[in-house]
Amino acid sequence: MAISRFRAPGRALHRASIMGAWGLGIVLAGVRAGPALADTLGRPTDKALGLQPSGDDLRDTAAFFHNVILLPTIIFISVFVLVLLAIVVVRFNKKSNPVPARFSHNTPIEILWTVVPVLILTVIAAFSFPLLYKYHDEPKPDLTVKATGNQWYWSYEYPDQKVAEYTSNILPEAKAGSLYKLATTAPLVVPVGKVTKVLVTGTDVLHAFFVPAFGVQVTAIPGKVNSVWFKPRTVGTYYGACNELCGADHAFMPIEVKVVSQADFARWVAAHAAAAAPAAQAAPTMTPAVPPATSATMTGPAAPSTAPAKA
Amino acid sequence: MATPAAHVLDHGHSQGDHDHKPSFFVRWLFSTNHKDIGTLYILFAITAGLIGGMLSGLIRWELAEPGIQVFRQGSLMAQVLGWAIEPSKHGYYVVMTAHGLIMIFFMVMPAMIGGFGNWFVPIMIGAPDMAFPRMNNISFWLLVASFSLLITSMFVDGGPGRGFGGGWTAYAPLSTTGHTGPAMDFVIFSLHLAGASSILGAINFITTIFNMRAPGMTLHRMPLFAWSVLITAFLLLLSLPVLAGAITMLLTDRNFGTSFFNPNGGGDPMMYQHLFWFFGHPEVYILILPGFGIISHVVSTFSKKPVFGYLAMAYAMVAIGFIGFVVWAHHMFTVGMNVNLQAYFVAATMVIAVPTGVKIFSWIATMWGGSIDFKTPMLFAIGFIFLFTVGGVTGVVLANAGMDYSIHATYYVVAHFHYVLSLGAVFAIFAGFYYWFEKMWGVKYNEFLGVVHFWLMFVGVNIVFFPQHFLGLQGMSRRIIDYNVAFSFWNKVSSWGYVVTAAGVLVFLVMLVEAAVRRRVAVANPWGEGATTLEWTLSSPPPHHQFNDLPVIIVEEHV
Repeated sequence: MAISRFRAPGRALHRASIMGAWGLGIVLAGVRAGPALADTLGRPTDKALGLQPSGDDLRDTAAFFHNVILLPTIIFISVFVLVLLAIVVVRFNKKSNPVPARFSHNTPIEILWTVVPVLILTVIAAFSFPLLYKYHDEPKPDLTVKATGNQWYWSYEYPDQKVAEYTSNILPEAKAGSLYKLATTAPLVVPVGKVTKVLVTGTDVLHAFFVPAFGVQVTAIPGKVNSVWFKPRTVGTYYGACNELCGADHAFMPIEVKVVSQADFARWVAAHAAAAAPAAQAAPTMTPAVPPATSATMTGPAAPSTAPAKA
Repeated sequence: MATPAAHVLDHGHSQGDHDHKPSFFVRWLFSTNHKDIGTLYILFAITAGLIGGMLSGLIRWELAEPGIQVFRQGSLMAQVLGWAIEPSKHGYYVVMTAHGLIMIFFMVMPAMIGGFGNWFVPIMIGAPDMAFPRMNNISFWLLVASFSLLITSMFVDGGPGRGFGGGWTAYAPLSTTGHTGPAMDFVIFSLHLAGASSILGAINFITTIFNMRAPGMTLHRMPLFAWSVLITAFLLLLSLPVLAGAITMLLTDRNFGTSFFNPNGGGDPMMYQHLFWFFGHPEVYILILPGFGIISHVVSTFSKKPVFGYLAMAYAMVAIGFIGFVVWAHHMFTVGMNVNLQAYFVAATMVIAVPTGVKIFSWIATMWGGSIDFKTPMLFAIGFIFLFTVGGVTGVVLANAGMDYSIHATYYVVAHFHYVLSLGAVFAIFAGFYYWFEKMWGVKYNEFLGVVHFWLMFVGVNIVFFPQHFLGLQGMSRRIIDYNVAFSFWNKVSSWGYVVTAAGVLVFLVMLVEAAVRRRVAVANPWGEGATTLEWTLSSPPPHHQFNDLPVIIVEEHV
């Protein structure tokens, strides 16, 4: 619209740019919901263009905000500017327009290009603020875990379930294969469909707890406890990493969240809870009541060590 | 209506008579001449830029494939550069840290403020020199000392290895208890000196612009580049002391047993981040604002039209500078701040898009209806407008705290700030460099080489940085030496982009050599009617001392 005041032909290009922006936006948004969702859920995919698929409803809201609101808007603005520049290059070069105009003011259009961005930003804000507040409107957690960042590994503790702190090191390349730098020796195990609250802190320098598929990220600060929460939708393994530079092995302290069924979670707790505390009593918000049995799919906590398992 | 276009009455016949230059040693080491100091700054910036660019080459080389190939014992890099760079994971972070610090403090700032600012602000406002010529000299030499300290830090013990590898942000406690060796102390002193240099420079620019404008050169007639440097100088003056305070606290935490950022002694690591970003956010506008000024001149000159909306352009920069001081914690959305505080920083950050949009559209409106000559500076300016737009809109995405939980500190952020700085600020520097090439060096550049340089750079940097958006959205952390195999493809593409960019830089160097060898004699105004600011009224290069008789500015009335 902004250019139509000067030249009518710009309008067709302008319209085309709107169509193009939304089209491209939808294509990019579609990437995340491809047919092989099971293969891409919770982990990065080579050659992918967009956000990782969501493993949590609130992350879906964030992905909607990005893919449907922000991405088409920013593509439209970029293409709009590109089209204006193209018109300028074609129409106002020294051959096709030997005599330059002398105008340097146009109040209506200056008002327009101040007001229209304000309106666009208002629309963005209308989606942004509810999202932000939803992240911080934390539901009552079904499970609270403590995650501690150390140089260079994570350790997890389930205080309510009496699962003592255990170390989660990077899984060596020989065992991890294509999941090297994502997989760990002992994942964080949480039940599906339940609100898990993660208390995050650090022991030495700053680290950050970051799991992209849940859309959660918070800094692990020595002397302070931060928290994030998520409610995983489906059983599976979700990978993340330390996301704050923490020294030489920063790239080698991945996060692996194993989302299991309620029954499997109860079994896991029973197998790993301190011997003195009966499992049924230790998890008040859960209903374990399942006899202790180690599932073949579970990975037990590794012996705590002070050095990352890295060559 | 007043416009920056101005006529000069009686701009001296006598200037040439005073063109007596001191001897080499006195001229270049004890220099008090703003043009000579500007030249020193530009040569310094080119040197630092080549070093910083080479370091980014090591980063892209390492990240070309998953696994550690470059920063390990026995690699080609270890054999060739092992004397300077530790072939270890720590060495990678030292290189990454140095790349950031060098590009910000020793390439972009010296080129724009020290280089073009020194050269052209006094001329544009019709002044014979800067207000404090000897302070100008010490500003430059402090920067050389500062750079020496930074380079030295790479060769001394850092704690985990040689050098400091905690990122340009130097977050505590990694920069305190995480790096026990003296390398971090060298970095702190380096930043102290760089800060002192910039504060002295800022005082000099503010005094010069407020007191030494020629008769008739009111603030509202002042060229936009001078406006941009004035605003930048205020940002420097107000933000750098905060950085100095923050890093002094780091220094005392490290060496004198204080606990400003140490929770065991009642301190808070988050306070460092607040102090750092209170400086750091204005700093990013310090890096880009002079570029805004340069682009306005280039666009106006080659469109042969006055700048569209001059006052709005000037006050948009004022607004950007002002708001730049109240948005710092948008770098900290994931540190666990109160949600209402986060909401405020989201809102304040988004507001910056409005004056920035005014600038983008005003540049396009300046071109609209013009008779554009696509010389090299104009190509860089048009490239700037588009790439800065792309970097700006991803900034709007990152302004949303709710999005940042998914993409904060990922390669999306790396792509964003390289679009506004590596592609934005650097393209503005190249636009200015070609625009004023004849004026500064007294010889012409080869237009063909300039155009080839532009296209290689334009294609190259886009291949480097555009795929990094995809990596970030997929969750690839920034500041990692190694990554999962699922990030391979776009990293490979990005690294090939570096090769194209490096070829562009090579053409730039060839262009410099070609111009120096051929020595085609420059003319006073190679750009014709569109070049209306005072520097084009002087010879190329200008006399050693210009405006011994002050020019008088009269307003040109437009209908």
